[in-house]
Amino acid sequence: MAEEVKLYGTWSSPFSRRIELALKLKGVPFEYIEEDLSNKSPELLKYNPVHKKIPVLVHNSKPIAESQVILEYIDEIWNNNPILPQDPYQRAMARFWGKFIDEKALATRMKANFAEGKERELVTEEFFQQMKFLENELNGKDFFGGETIGFVDIVAIVVAIWFPLTQEVLGVETFTEEKFPVLFKWIRKITEIDVVNECRPPREKHLAYVKARIEGLKSASK
Amino acid sequence: MAEEVKLLKTWSSPFGLRAFWILKLKGVQFDFIDEDLSNKSPLLLQSNPVYKKVPVLIHNGKPISESLVILEYVDETWKQNPLLPEDPYERARARFWAKFGDDKVLASIWNAFIKQGKEQEEAIGLAIETLKFLEEELKGKRFFGGEKIGLPDLALGWLANLIGVFEEVIGVKLIEKERFPLLSAWMQEFAEAPVIKESWPPHEKLVTKFRAMREPYVAAAAQPK
Repeated sequence: MAEEVKLYGTWSSPFSRRIELALKLKGVPFEYIEEDLSNKSPELLKYNPVHKKIPVLVHNSKPIAESQVILEYIDEIWNNNPILPQDPYQRAMARFWGKFIDEKALATRMKANFAEGKERELVTEEFFQQMKFLENELNGKDFFGGETIGFVDIVAIVVAIWFPLTQEVLGVETFTEEKFPVLFKWIRKITEIDVVNECRPPREKHLAYVKARIEGLKSASK
Repeated sequence: MAEEVKLLKTWSSPFGLRAFWILKLKGVQFDFIDEDLSNKSPLLLQSNPVYKKVPVLIHNGKPISESLVILEYVDETWKQNPLLPEDPYERARARFWAKFGDDKVLASIWNAFIKQGKEQEEAIGLAIETLKFLEEELKGKRFFGGEKIGLPDLALGWLANLIGVFEEVIGVKLIEKERFPLLSAWMQEFAEAPVIKESWPPHEKLVTKFRAMREPYVAAAAQPK
């Protein structure tokens, strides 16, 4: 049976882009459908009725939602260029750090972006501690996955690309090379990879988008 | 080499209970330590420096944290009585529902538990909407895992006894049999399953604990604004 792989996503979402990257790394041909989140397609609502969110991968008409769940699915279906290690303990570590990035680092970053005064100091410190933990995980390796990029690297692209961009827009200095030399070395290495660059939002468009979003959020909270 | 399996948990933590369940269900020999979270052991702090939380599984000296990560690790390391199905699509569904349980169900029920007045009414409404998805998912199934207990059952298992505790403390029924016949039936089946039924923390002690946890929220809401 001919394989049918569809990805419902948006160009600016790190969660959507990480699925593109995984599929491209494994050379899986897929159809990409760009969603307009202000006007969600009937297909999206049908394929992800619980969350009504992107990304959704549809493989031979079967939908899978939640980006890290999708990554594991992709790795199990297409065995070439594995994303997760074989060893159960290493797999557990990869899942732990994947969870940490999406559940902790991202949330703290969001808080730090909008906090003010004393709260800002505290959250910035929390962010620093958390990112230090992540940085220590690199531990002399080129990538979190070792010599080649793996699950954690793919999830952490949000840190490599989205964090510095938001920082640039906000004009803050919480995520700098000075504070995180090892992490920035990793960022340089990973953003040199062709397939990673094929899957990132175009810079100017992304910058404008993030600017507009932050302005929108700031004025909404006033 | 002799296998060494140690589980750090607390007497009441539903997350620790998940790890306890899977080890028991697979017949793994293990020791456990019930931590006092107001006085965390050096072992806990050293084994989980990132979160400093329970549960932590320590297997031959190597620590694993985050209960869902622990469940998958145990399932991959001890192959008997598998928790996840073979088929990748079914595995993805199992992981999806386990995550839904933690991200949405737990969060919405906790909100219904701690909020007061109008906010509580809204939170209860949202919790019920969330629970409807679980009711739907159980159609034609005995457990979320199908014929037998799977990953989502262990992930959602806390509902089977903690819901009763929360309902008693707030005086509101969240899972009514008429509205949630399948979920109610599942809760009963799960609660009485072998291994699971011997593990529940004492009800009265849980009621006392969660009542005390709710106090600061009640007090804060009573403050004049």
